[in-house]
Amino acid sequence: MTLDVLYFAWVRERIGVGRETIETAASTPRALVDELRSRDTRYAMAFSDLSALRVAVDQQLTEMDASLQDVREIAFFPPMTGG
Amino acid sequence: MDIRVQIDPFIPGALLDEFSGVQTGAGAIVSFTGLVRDLDGELQAMEIEHYPGMTEKALMQIIEEAQARWPLLGTLIVHRYGTLTANEPIMMVATASKHRKAAFEAADFLMDYLKSRAPFWKREITAQTADWVDATKADEIALKSWD
Repeated sequence: MTLDVLYFAWVRERIGVGRETIETAASTPRALVDELRSRDTRYAMAFSDLSALRVAVDQQLTEMDASLQDVREIAFFPPMTGG
Repeated sequence: MDIRVQIDPFIPGALLDEFSGVQTGAGAIVSFTGLVRDLDGELQAMEIEHYPGMTEKALMQIIEEAQARWPLLGTLIVHRYGTLTANEPIMMVATASKHRKAAFEAADFLMDYLKSRAPFWKREITAQTADWVDATKADEIALKSWD
């Protein structure tokens, strides 16, 4: 499947892009992270500590083990600091 | 429900007047304004990044959750992004209800939720550093207190 993958804050800086389109068979965000880590050290750096990251699937905050079935957009970012 | 995610500055007093002016039947209005801290004069700028699309949805869900818990007549959230300087307003929430308790509690709830559940990220720029602001344990604890 084709996924739009978005990165924000220091995750974006470590990976070097804010958005990319990825062809993947990953069934969960965690599986996608593992796949990306093996592609390039930039991802390995950005995803070195999953507990420091949050994930949103189709713009809804979710868990690393959520299903990616029928998903079009996924985003990885640090804990939010609004307000 | 009034949600504004904007790059432009706003004047809290003017916005509060506007919000108050459109309420009917309210006996209480509470507002909170968050300002950029100057870090003892060291701050040169604060940069705020957000996730367009998700931000608006998340804020709407947070307001819906507040409306389910308290009898609110009106709610406002305005949050800026982009580059801000010290002492500028970053964001404001306002709530209107018949009685003050609901307005106070709902405003507090909206703040706790939007700090940790709305996709904004802050970075503080000084002459020496450009650090992303870390989320704090206190923020998570505040959020859990509403469970």
